[in-house]
Amino acid sequence: MMEATLRQTWAFLFRGWHLTRRYIGWVVVFNFYAFVTSATVAMIGVAQKDTQLTLTLVIGALLWNYLSRLYEEISMSIAYERWEGTLEYTFMAPVSRAVHLLSVSLYSLLNSIVTSVIVLVGLMLFTDLNLRGANLLGVLLVLAVSTVAFVGLGLFAAVFPVMSAERGAEATHIFQGSLLLVSGVYYPIEVLPAWLQPLSKISPATYTLSACRKLFGVGDSASTAEHLAGAPLSAVTHELLVLALMGAILLPLGLVVFVRIEAWAKKTGKLKRTG
Amino acid sequence: MQQPAIQVRNLRKSFSKRSGFRKKSELWAVDDVSFSVGQGETYGLLGPNGSGKSSLIRILSTLLIADSGYVEMLGLTLPEQADEVRRIIGRVSVDAAFYKKLSARENLLYTALLYGQNAREAERHVMQILEQLGMENTKFSTPLEEMSRGMQQKISIARALMVNPPLLLLDEPTTGLDPKSRRDVQSFLEDLQSREGTTILLTTHDMAEAERLCARIGFLAHGKLVAEGTATQLMQRAGTATLDDAFIRLTGEELVEDEEMAMVED
Repeated sequence: MMEATLRQTWAFLFRGWHLTRRYIGWVVVFNFYAFVTSATVAMIGVAQKDTQLTLTLVIGALLWNYLSRLYEEISMSIAYERWEGTLEYTFMAPVSRAVHLLSVSLYSLLNSIVTSVIVLVGLMLFTDLNLRGANLLGVLLVLAVSTVAFVGLGLFAAVFPVMSAERGAEATHIFQGSLLLVSGVYYPIEVLPAWLQPLSKISPATYTLSACRKLFGVGDSASTAEHLAGAPLSAVTHELLVLALMGAILLPLGLVVFVRIEAWAKKTGKLKRTG
Repeated sequence: MQQPAIQVRNLRKSFSKRSGFRKKSELWAVDDVSFSVGQGETYGLLGPNGSGKSSLIRILSTLLIADSGYVEMLGLTLPEQADEVRRIIGRVSVDAAFYKKLSARENLLYTALLYGQNAREAERHVMQILEQLGMENTKFSTPLEEMSRGMQQKISIARALMVNPPLLLLDEPTTGLDPKSRRDVQSFLEDLQSREGTTILLTTHDMAEAERLCARIGFLAHGKLVAEGTATQLMQRAGTATLDDAFIRLTGEELVEDEEMAMVED
């Protein structure tokens, strides 16, 4: 049983790796684009000769690349299966939906880490930021906890392509764009219109960014270009708890919603192949 | 008496179709269909596009949930035991859905792993199947997008068989194939049936194929099973000399496309 589950997990990693290999040109293009957009944003801070602003933008760009890539890879993997017509064969295989979706999420996580490392290296080359003094272990912990919540969000978004191959992919991008808008990726959420601000409270990215900025020492007057005053982990307890709670709710709920939508699609005949 | 491999009783499936602003109409894709397939039997379902063949296969493949009726496959009922049914069926659809950028080998190994199989053993098994289907080993590493439709369909058959399913659901497996590929597939299915005793449910437009492969045939029209029996019985009942004529006589229509229903089913 365990052996079969491990093989099934390996099936999704095997598929993901070979697809990445075959589409390597596009993978390079996407990573290049991720780096260029991040560097462009960071350059705003460099031009202002403002270390705090540069750091705010760099953290925003880096975390957004990681989280949005994770979300997008999970949701779009289902859209891709719809386009290829292979989703039916995955649904016909004796593989549990939890193993299917969590394996897809694992590959997406590996992809997101690669993109983030590329963006991080690029940003370090384009800015003269010194991360000495930042609480990097704390940042990794926050990212690990946020990952669970974002996998849950990705699973929620993955139901859209099950409902409709084309409209579903559109919906996942609208949802992703909305997260970028309300989560304070490049600016404090306080500058958003008052009617939008409540939405930022329900985005996990808001808490990830808030916690990471504290851990990097953004906003702390003791932070200098030479040495950052990264906050201790205790300073982000609230964010960590909220993120852990969101992960605990979103991940299982995302799985349940996906299974429900799959059953609905089988009742209404929405699974038929398109494209 | 031996238990049938497939029992379908009073099966019904309708689809909603929007016709104009806010108006919806119901189209019966499968309308009160009953039939059974014996163990080791090859049973053919004949009908034009939109007659309900694909919907029926999709229900048996666990991809579509029927509105009502009873389906039992090797003692397992649908939709209650869908997870178990998935372990005993293999399906080939009219359009071979693959990751087209990946090679045949990569696609097939992915499927083997998905079914919890040992990749090395699965690869050996699939090579035998492809050889029997008349495919060269050298094609194994070619991306699917560079293969002809005939070759893709042979890979599709290999995918369905590599897990050794006792039940094979074939939805127009030879449609669009050249005569050589069609003959290869038909010979392979005959051989498989006699060698392994695999139960096969086959849908087709092709009367000659149905006569060659199927012990019994059911005529489907507008979602209804209008007649069934051996090819000889059907021709006798219709009083015709060919199965083609028997189909026209008993269903009142020819094997031409019914576009409207074809839109609502796969």
